[in-house]
Amino acid sequence: MRAKDAVGRYGENVAAHHLVQAGWDVVDRNWRGASGEVDIVALEGDELVVVEVKTRRGTGFGYPAEAVTAAKLARLRRLAAQWLDAHDLHPRGVRIDVIAVVLPRQGSAQVEHLRGVVR
Amino acid sequence: MSLGRTFAVSLVGLTGHLVEVEAHLAASLPAFTLVGLPDASLAEARDRVRAAVSSSGMPWPNRRITVNLSPAALPKAGASFDLAIAVATLAAAGICDPASTSLAVHLGELGLDGRLRPVRGVLPAVAAAVAAGHPRVVVPTANADEARLVPGARVVGASTLAEVAHSYGAEVEVPTVLPVIQVHETVRPVHVPDLGEVIGQRAARWAIEVAAAGGHHLLMVGPPGAGKTMLAARLPGLLPDLDEAAAVEVTAVHSVAGTFEAGDGLLRRPPFEDPHHTATPAAVVGGGSGLPRPGAASRAHRGVLFMDEAPEFSPRVLQTLRQPLEHGEMVIHRAGGTARYPARFQLVLAANPCPCGRAVGKGLECTCSALARRRYFSRLSGPLLDRVDVQLEVLPVSRADRLDGGAPETSASVAARVARARAVAAERLVGTPWTTNAEVPGSWLRAHAAPGPGHRDLERALDSGLLSLRGVDRVLKVAWTLADLAGCDRPGREQVGQALLLRTRGQVGA
Repeated sequence: MRAKDAVGRYGENVAAHHLVQAGWDVVDRNWRGASGEVDIVALEGDELVVVEVKTRRGTGFGYPAEAVTAAKLARLRRLAAQWLDAHDLHPRGVRIDVIAVVLPRQGSAQVEHLRGVVR
Repeated sequence: MSLGRTFAVSLVGLTGHLVEVEAHLAASLPAFTLVGLPDASLAEARDRVRAAVSSSGMPWPNRRITVNLSPAALPKAGASFDLAIAVATLAAAGICDPASTSLAVHLGELGLDGRLRPVRGVLPAVAAAVAAGHPRVVVPTANADEARLVPGARVVGASTLAEVAHSYGAEVEVPTVLPVIQVHETVRPVHVPDLGEVIGQRAARWAIEVAAAGGHHLLMVGPPGAGKTMLAARLPGLLPDLDEAAAVEVTAVHSVAGTFEAGDGLLRRPPFEDPHHTATPAAVVGGGSGLPRPGAASRAHRGVLFMDEAPEFSPRVLQTLRQPLEHGEMVIHRAGGTARYPARFQLVLAANPCPCGRAVGKGLECTCSALARRRYFSRLSGPLLDRVDVQLEVLPVSRADRLDGGAPETSASVAARVARARAVAAERLVGTPWTTNAEVPGSWLRAHAAPGPGHRDLERALDSGLLSLRGVDRVLKVAWTLADLAGCDRPGREQVGQALLLRTRGQVGA
């Protein structure tokens, strides 16, 4: 269990770094709402983005992004609303992104950013 | 490039429609959606295609994949779209060259191991592709022979998805595998029985010859064991080979039905279908979920449909035959669309005279009540029997018949006479859409081939109510066939008399 959590934590750091590099403003991390946890909340310009980070050490059991199910997306939508409720921030729009991180045995982490996965 | 496209063919009955298969890749959560009215077996293509691409050693695009089958309003069925879906997806992913995939038509079902499996209906599908201006066709190896029967098609046979992808520039190793071979649902008998095996039955042999020469429908009534089934099974052996157009039609029907071996080329012999009397209307007419498959009546197109123990068939089955008898085609309406299959068959009915089967001659041994006897035969309705030109009683073979010396005539010599008579008829009918006497409508007969002196006998039969007006036309048709067989230039009194005899089961003599 601990190894798995460590991988997840490391992946989130990689993702946050990726967003900062891209010029985004990370406003919150690992925020707990009533129905779960949001990995990263960031602002791209004046659009609020709820980011789900999925990390895997290999693709033997499929790509990380494939593990984001419809149920998980529905929960992220609810969490986005709860986060907005709890904070005094008024973005022009809200969307949900997925960042898939693959950590190979050697070499650097591969980051794939899927934008606007819920339409 | 995130868009790939190629072509496939959707079959509705024997009509093929060219279908454009487009695949679009979007950077979103990985998903695979298939749109464009797929049926259940086609929707399952998603899982087959995905497994086949992975098994072939190519990366599955980690994207949101949308495959569209256009025209989107046309319902599509079957597994033959697998290959086109896979190729379009690989082209969209940039693994295959999108410019070259969009030039070809792809047909074939994929196995999970990436091998290509044969599909039904390749002949009409390839013909439709060529007609639509897409002569380049990729088919499974097992279907390649069948596809090459279509003139003008440039056929490429492939055993695996990797082989197809490689030909479009994919960097993939082509495995050497044993191609999947065609497995047929029915094994067709190669042996056609010979008329020389039938002992006695001179009258019945003659009637069969007349039926074969004119393409007339035939009813045989007789006790069990008299040889009705034997005689019927020998009718196809008397018929001439199919001409080019008929052979293509027949082969296309059998290709869709999945009962066709392409190794020997087009089907050139008239088919023989003998559905069991428990057959349902769907089995005879054609049916199945989504788009219907041809039934026994269509598989007997340009051949013989033999219904043994005809009164035992359900009345609905017998009634459904009236449409093809009249129009020569089956129109099947289902939710998925309307399918048309040709069904211009020669109907051969065999029946016992009563439930116990012994009401022949004086009928002294028959144990059936008069009511049972009447009910039994009334199953063959008037409208159906009215369309049967040649009707005869097949009596049990007597000892005298059996000892009647000399070997019975063989199919070959009878077939030669039949071919001569058919040639005479075809020459007379040149310039018309018909080739046999049975197809000619009564109006044409009366206008172009007025009967000779035998006409008075016909008038008398009409006056006494024994024949309907249509019956008169039908007797005339048979009389023309008899004249063709006898080498007369028009039917005389003798031919009309014999035709009347054949039509009325001996109730009116010559």
